[in-house]
Amino acid sequence: MSTSVDQSAHIVVKDLTMAYGDFVLQRDLNFTVNRGEVFIIMGGSGCGKSTLLKHLIGLKRPASGTMSFNGVDYWQAGEEEREKITRTFGVLYQGGALWSSLTLAENIALPLEEYTELPAGEIREIAALKLALVGLKGFEDYYPSQISGGMMKRAGLARAMALDPEILFFDEPSAGLDPISSRLLDDLILQIRDSLGTTIVVVSHELASIFAIADNSVFLDAAARTMIAAGDPKVLREETTDPVVRSFLTRGGSLGVNERNMDRQPSGVKT
Amino acid sequence: MIQFSRPEPGRLLVSLRGGWQAGGEHPPVTAVYRQLDQPPVPTHIAFDCSALTGWDSILIAFLVNIIDYARQRGIAVDRGGLPPGIAGLLKLAYAVPERAGARQEQARPPLPERLGRLAYDSWQGAQEVVAFIGEATAACGRMLRGRARFRRRDLLVIIQECGIQALPIVSLISVLVGLILAFVGSIQLSMFGAQIYIANLVGIGIFREMGAIMTGVIMAGRTGAAFAAQLGTMQTTEEIDALRTLGIPPMDYLVLPRMIALFLMMPLLCLYADFMGVLGGFIVGVTMLDLNFSAYYNQTKAAIRLNDLWVGLFMSAVFGILVAGTGCLRGLQCERSAAAVGKATTSAVVTGIVAIVVATAAITVLCNILGI
Repeated sequence: MSTSVDQSAHIVVKDLTMAYGDFVLQRDLNFTVNRGEVFIIMGGSGCGKSTLLKHLIGLKRPASGTMSFNGVDYWQAGEEEREKITRTFGVLYQGGALWSSLTLAENIALPLEEYTELPAGEIREIAALKLALVGLKGFEDYYPSQISGGMMKRAGLARAMALDPEILFFDEPSAGLDPISSRLLDDLILQIRDSLGTTIVVVSHELASIFAIADNSVFLDAAARTMIAAGDPKVLREETTDPVVRSFLTRGGSLGVNERNMDRQPSGVKT
Repeated sequence: MIQFSRPEPGRLLVSLRGGWQAGGEHPPVTAVYRQLDQPPVPTHIAFDCSALTGWDSILIAFLVNIIDYARQRGIAVDRGGLPPGIAGLLKLAYAVPERAGARQEQARPPLPERLGRLAYDSWQGAQEVVAFIGEATAACGRMLRGRARFRRRDLLVIIQECGIQALPIVSLISVLVGLILAFVGSIQLSMFGAQIYIANLVGIGIFREMGAIMTGVIMAGRTGAAFAAQLGTMQTTEEIDALRTLGIPPMDYLVLPRMIALFLMMPLLCLYADFMGVLGGFIVGVTMLDLNFSAYYNQTKAAIRLNDLWVGLFMSAVFGILVAGTGCLRGLQCERSAAAVGKATTSAVVTGIVAIVVATAAITVLCNILGI
């Protein structure tokens, strides 16, 4: 765990094509996520952001192209190697995806029980610590159904951090949160990155959050079926010449493009 | 409500008056179409709404129909006479053009296409079943080598849910099945004065087949459905994805404890159901056919061979795996919506019961060949 931001490539995606059967969602995706970076995957609804995340965490196999972590090709690696890479991931799903039959402490304990030899008492202590880190001290024995949506997200984050992952993936962290909770979650993300040096990949279309946390990004477009911009969103907002990217990053403000026209972009079919 | 006039040649003025709201009476839109088609065909259509007292979506839909119809015939539409609210909504409705190809054709595909699709779906379904059986077998292998990963507490909770908590319904159904068997048999047997053979009929029938089948069907409806609903819901809330990304195979963590629980509990439930069924027959025999208590008991004891018991118990263990397997399979196949969970649950029960009946037939034939 280093506290300084190490600028080496952590995730490298090359010529990635994502498809559902014959339907190509996105093609020719090329980008690099550096270690300790907050990387945003953005784009309008239905452009394949969440699907890209599913590919990155190994739930879906790309139709073609490669993705490598620390220089190791994920799908070329053997099953054991792949499992080892997967274990360096922490994922916060959109709704938290806490296991509903377990208490919050048990949710965090499960990965620890699976992958460490720690005695039960220590596991419980770690679980309590992780919950305290996300501001849920004292909620160890609550079931997911007993807490609010924002708390579920934070508990989901605590679970994602259980094994001190090298990469944290967030699927729309701001969705369904009020502005203040959303801001607190952003602060938390930055704090985790700063103190643990974790690489962070976020799927989002929440502009305020994007500008607050992003170091780098990739912009997927549903109409072009590929990425049409990459880089720091703050810089992109000022410098991009692409009208779609620009109107997205300015909420349809500049160029006189109103939001209705944003909706006109044909979006991909969710299957 | 509506009036047509032609203030100048080529211009049709539609005057709308009164209230145009849902629940009221409105003239059909075809009346306007007829006016538009009536020679001399107008080149313009305009509206006069000065006498309109109220309107809602009914009127908007009416106007949209007219505008579409007029456009197809190249008749210009003058929206100037419409109140600003209606004009605004119409503008909104036409702001984004219909996306080409977005409208899904409702037409039924031709028969060969439907047959092909059906065959393809069945083939895919069969592949999924085979893959599931393979994975489940591999998971069992891991368990035997002590490397399967599930929480012992989960197993105990599931055992409790599908064991002890199923006793009341199993009792009720088994006693009733015993009663029914005895009743049906008594009518036939009493014609020959052979009422005492009710004990044989009920005893062998229950121990060898009915006890196992009835518990199987009850558990398919009760527990198989619950498994499918649990796993299906976990699929919709991404809980199963969360397991996968942690490297915990859902097959080990979710399916295996459920299979083990039912595999262990079904024979016990079946044994219990056997005794309950015999009790049902006994009630009919003693209270309605006036058979002697000890005679009935002795007759039952003499009729049932140990093999009958073993066959029943063996079948119930098989049913346990089938019910748990179909429930978990349908749950894991579930798509991500509430409707899909319902479908998965229904499908789990249907598949479970079909599997039970097919397995019964196979085992019965096998026993016949082996002479058990």
